[in-house]
Amino acid sequence: MSYETVIGLEVHTQLNTKSKIFCGCSTEFGASANTQVCPVCLGLPGVLPVLNHKTLKHAVKTALALNCSIESFIKFDRKNYFYPDLPKNFQISQYDRPLSYKGHLTIKDKDKTKKIGITRVHLEEDAGKLIHEGDDAASSYVDFNRTGIPLLEIVSEPDMRSPGQAYLYLTTLKAILKYLDVSDCDMEKGSLRCDANISIRKKGDTKLGTKTELKNMNSFKGVKAALEFEVKRQIKLKEKGEKIMQQTLLWDEKKQKTVSMRTKEEAHDYRYFPEPDLVPFVLKQEEIDTIKNNLPELPEARLSRFMSEFKLSVYDGNILISDKYLADFFEECAKTYKQYKNLSNWIQGALSSELNNRKIQVKDLKLAPLELTKLLKIADEGKINNLTAKTVLTDMIHTGKSADTIIKEKNLAQISDSSALEEITDNVIKDNPKPVGDYKNGKENAIMFLMGQVMKQSKGKANPKMVIEILKERIKNA
Amino acid sequence: MSISREDVKYTANLARLELKDKELDILSKHLQDILDFIDKLKSVDIKEVAPTSHVLPIKNVYREDEVSRSLKTSDALKNAPSKDERFFKVPKVIE
Ligand SMILES: [Zn+2]
Repeated sequence: MSYETVIGLEVHTQLNTKSKIFCGCSTEFGASANTQVCPVCLGLPGVLPVLNHKTLKHAVKTALALNCSIESFIKFDRKNYFYPDLPKNFQISQYDRPLSYKGHLTIKDKDKTKKIGITRVHLEEDAGKLIHEGDDAASSYVDFNRTGIPLLEIVSEPDMRSPGQAYLYLTTLKAILKYLDVSDCDMEKGSLRCDANISIRKKGDTKLGTKTELKNMNSFKGVKAALEFEVKRQIKLKEKGEKIMQQTLLWDEKKQKTVSMRTKEEAHDYRYFPEPDLVPFVLKQEEIDTIKNNLPELPEARLSRFMSEFKLSVYDGNILISDKYLADFFEECAKTYKQYKNLSNWIQGALSSELNNRKIQVKDLKLAPLELTKLLKIADEGKINNLTAKTVLTDMIHTGKSADTIIKEKNLAQISDSSALEEITDNVIKDNPKPVGDYKNGKENAIMFLMGQVMKQSKGKANPKMVIEILKERIKNA
Repeated sequence: MSISREDVKYTANLARLELKDKELDILSKHLQDILDFIDKLKSVDIKEVAPTSHVLPIKNVYREDEVSRSLKTSDALKNAPSKDERFFKVPKVIE
């Protein structure tokens, strides 16, 4: 039987601010435990939370970019539950009047585009961090630095039909958030988290199947893997005629499987009520319009522009625009270098792999775009070959020196002087009679061996195009 | 609307309150009185009235995104019943 997968995602992303959402404690990552806490975020009696204006602006900006409507009346609510990471025993969140509703974003699944609905976007505060490994095995340790960190919760409609689409939704959403400059979206630092709801149903059914909720995925790939595992698990159960239980499952990254939560799942009863300590917020239409008119170019629009302006394929365009800084870097380079496809290859290939190897973010890259295009021009003119150009690029990133300087210092300029090349070529032909004979007898590949020998003797500096020509000519006339 | 002893027990549990049988009896009655009063309020026609979430006529109170001084860790931990160096210590909880 064939099944259809139905997936909805709930993303929590940390908003970029210097201070917390309701108090002035710093949001700096990596501080030692319980150094960024105050009476407000510790929930001591008698304190008053006051909303950080920037969090609301970021939230509205994001909601507008996701095509959501903005509520004119915004209030906060208390979500009540007991857990040691929550010092007040309630979380300030938004319940029945979230700041925005009903939007969408567009994913590109191969050549097809698909709209994924956004149910709601709202502001809330983060909870603290529990550490379970300490001196005392019977205890957990609490660090409240994270309590009160501003979060934006973005809930999608159950519109995704495969783990692959869920992955695309996440990369698309992340790109939008980065373009808006509202969040770092760094899953490793916990500044972006994702929970997934997933169910399956017979193809053609309109009623949703029983869903499970997946938690604890710490990368987009993890989300995809967890969903793929869960699809298979649910189908297996259905095929055996067993019931799928509604439950929360944790993704075990090491074992690559979902596991049931250990404790008994209690029906949650959060008893929401309006947060009396925060007054409501009413946005004027002009304020909303100002934010709307100042939205930056978003990834989708940039992709179209890259495809028309630089004649790039969807594939190349998508890779470049997926990282705002990478796309900025490309555009800056494109001002002085017009071989766009070649430029895109270099940025996606040699440059990106060097950044990956060194774990450097594009935004921290010290290489000036103009320096890269100078290097590419040198390579295009045949002064160095591509392989050498790659090592020069590595050196440029490492030392900050210009391509010219490195080529001079390391004496890397290609030998394009034909008499010098002829001398090496003649030696190679003399020393390798067998491959020469093979080539003469029609084995075309044999010339590559000879070419390799020439490159070796010239220490990689020979101009490969010239070598091939000289080899062919010399063998013919030998 | 009437409230059962079970409802009161459930509500008490959500608030992590441990009630003795006698207290349950008294509180059930009190809660019933409150609910009866609310039923009475419900009979008022409020079609034209927006739900009140706040009683003060104030809106849009913000603070700017500026960092202010946090507590010293030792002060933050001062009231903690149990602590370990920089941390609040609680009975082990694993969700
Ligand atoms: Zn604080």
